[in-house]
Amino acid sequence: MIIKETYPVAADDMSVAGDVSASIKRQMKRLGIPNQIMRRVSVCTYEAEINLVIHSDGGEIDFAISEDEICVHVRDVGPGIPDLDKAMTEGFSTATSEVRNMGFGAGMGLPNMKRNADGFAITSEVGKGTDIVMTFNI
Amino acid sequence: MKVSELIALSGAKCLTGEYEDREIACGYTCDLLSHVMGKGQADMAWITVQAHMNVIAVAALLDFACVIIPESLPVEAPIIAKAQDEDIIILSSEKTAFELVVLLAANGVAPAKKG
Repeated sequence: MIIKETYPVAADDMSVAGDVSASIKRQMKRLGIPNQIMRRVSVCTYEAEINLVIHSDGGEIDFAISEDEICVHVRDVGPGIPDLDKAMTEGFSTATSEVRNMGFGAGMGLPNMKRNADGFAITSEVGKGTDIVMTFNI
Repeated sequence: MKVSELIALSGAKCLTGEYEDREIACGYTCDLLSHVMGKGQADMAWITVQAHMNVIAVAALLDFACVIIPESLPVEAPIIAKAQDEDIIILSSEKTAFELVVLLAANGVAPAKKG
């Protein structure tokens, strides 16, 4: 393991949403990760971070780089997603009108993550939380 | 097309002051941030009426050439300061998003590729 860090993400604080993704991008840049991979990881970490801020009760993002893989592990403490198939559908969103007015809630977050990661696994339990593991080949 | 040429042709103002004169590789206009995350490419000019912190985050993460705010919509000072910290160029134009797209396209800027 070259690097492994955990970043907490607080619920509801839109003013700092994106800061964790920016930190992760800086780490990748420092380590010389190729631009194309950096871009895809950034899309995924940003979408995950925004989801944690606008939908979750708070959570964490683990960011790990090994010799041949980047792993982003996102988990929160609730409220969980009742229908994962729906949540994975482009255009489906449960975002409030307030965050929609800021340009969020297009229903593209999870589909963007799935499209940009080489490996994508999501589990969710209502009342417990959501867990997403995304991997990227280096 | 370079950012300086866009400024000269459109009469836009650079809100972030001095800038590195980057080449604009392609353009895109959308106000839904996830669509922009999906389509965004390095060196892209992004036209949006959204002018809040998260716009700067998206532009920085995807290394855009510039963000163009149409119709002289207001951009608050903390947003400009954040953009300066992140080396993001914010231009403000009196033109509408449509007029800006026409101008970019007429001067050879390609659409962002399908994401």
